[in-house]
Order: sequence, then structure tokens, then C-alpha cells
Amino acid sequence: MARVIVDVMPKPEILDPQGQAIARALPSLGFDNVTSVRQGKRFEIEVDGGDPLDVANRAAEAMLANPVIEDFTVRIED
Amino acid sequence: MSATLTVGVVTFPGSLDDRDAARAVTASGATAVSLWHGDTDLKGVDAVVLPGGFSYGDYLRGGAIARFSPVVAEVIRAANDGMPVLGICNGFQVLCEAHLLPGALVRNAGLRFICRDQQLTVENASTRWTSGYTEGETITIPVKHGEGRYVATADTIAELEAEGRVAFRYQGGNPNGALNDIAGITNAAGNVVGLMPHPEHAIDLLTGPSADGLTMFTSVLKSLVAA
Repeated sequence: MARVIVDVMPKPEILDPQGQAIARALPSLGFDNVTSVRQGKRFEIEVDGGDPLDVANRAAEAMLANPVIEDFTVRIED
Repeated sequence: MSATLTVGVVTFPGSLDDRDAARAVTASGATAVSLWHGDTDLKGVDAVVLPGGFSYGDYLRGGAIARFSPVVAEVIRAANDGMPVLGICNGFQVLCEAHLLPGALVRNAGLRFICRDQQLTVENASTRWTSGYTEGETITIPVKHGEGRYVATADTIAELEAEGRVAFRYQGGNPNGALNDIAGITNAAGNVVGLMPHPEHAIDLLTGPSADGLTMFTSVLKSLVAA
């Protein structure tokens, strides 16, 4: 059984108002050095059999990410 | 208007506006047919409406799970064969996720859920769902969404504008930061239209800001009679 991590992030050119709101709130907690926040999603997928990276890649392309607005990366968990 | 014309209204788990959509279909003079997300046939309907709401709880992304439901597979097949399909709000999100329409709908730029009566300019009055309007006409129908900001690549936006495929544009203030003030678009053939505002909530002055939305439902009936 392999555990694959799929990270999905909004494309750089897509406005991320949630990340911006978080970035604006952090200084009030003393995090003065934070200059930018982007918010994405992380999926932990367990794959039994086959090529786990290939399975996760195809799942990400088909459903987990929307290629119009999001990029994704796939890696086996260490 | 023939009473034999039937318009299917799909109900997904989490749909909210299917009953209002069915009511609008009835008010337009057609027979509304309920379709369930698990249906594998469209019961012979002449057109389909994908209504607003939060199908499958908006899990993953709005419309992302609904797009893989059995009934949507049939809707995709029928739409590609020319059947008129209207996606309203969450239904618009489903159409984009299903690649029947280009682009995507993301979180409103202001992060707030917007619920208000909205003026729209009818930009394309030649689709199956907008032929009863006049190009350039202003209509007023409600918007109510938290994820209605239309985005697409610069190439796609340029193509939509060049081909006149922006069906509706926000007027008097863009509620969500949509690119080019886009409220609704059509496919190249003009049979598939999606928009964020809710025509089914504006079919009667008793309950809506206008009856402007009814024209979308009467337009498709006229196009079906003419076909």
C-alpha cells in the first residue's frame, strides 16, 4: 500500500482571495514578516496495486484539480 | 406553445432551486420533468435545466462531483447532439466542470456571499435560451452565490468575446469580480448556456424583482417549436 500526496494550488495568475485574507490577518498576530499567502488543498491517497504515482496523476487530472484554475504536484509520501 | 414539450430539471443531492426551476418551466408553458442525479436516461425530454444549489455539498469544488453523476453523462451526450441545456448558478459550475462550457467559477473576489437583485445586459440574443430578448437589453434578476467569479485563460476570454459568446454581462456593478463582467456564456452552437444569476427566481412580480427571467424559458420553447 502506497500513500501518495497530491497538492493542488491555485494557478499564480488566479486571484486567491482566501490566501489574501489570511495574509492580511497574520500581522495582527505579530507575524509581521509574512508577505504573501496562497491557499490550496492537500490530498492523501492510498493506492493498493498498480503504479501509485500514475494512478494519483490520472486522478488529479480527472477530478482532484481543475486545470483551468489549479496546478497540482504528486509525490510518494516519505 | 405546445404542452407536449418537456423540460427536464435535474435534482442532485444538495440542489436548492430545482422546484423554482420546475415552476418556471411550467409557467413558460412546458411540462417539467424531474430527473434524478442517478438517472441513466433523460426520459425523452426536449431540454434540460441544471438548477442552483450546492450539489454534493460543493465538496472538492462547486459542481466537481455532480459532473461525474450518471445523469450528467447523459446531459453531456445530449448537449453534444444539440439538445438545449441551461445551467443556473451551481448548474453553470457543473457545465464548466463538464467542459460543456469553458472556464471556471471561483470564490467571489470580496469573499462574501452576494444575494441581491442584479442588472444584466443581454449580450447575445441568438442562443436557444436568449432569443426572446433583444441584444443590449437590460434585465433584472437575482444573484445569490459565494463562488461566482468567472475566470478563464486570456485566450479563452478573447475567443468568447470575439465570437459573441458572452451571453450576459453584469451591469451597474460586478458582484464577484468576474473577468470582463461576465455573468453568463454560451457554447459555440448556442444550445448550452450557463449563468450565475437566477432567472427562475424572476418569473413573477409577486415574488421576484421582475418577470425578466421567464423569457429564458419561453425562448427555449419557441426554439423547440421552430426546430
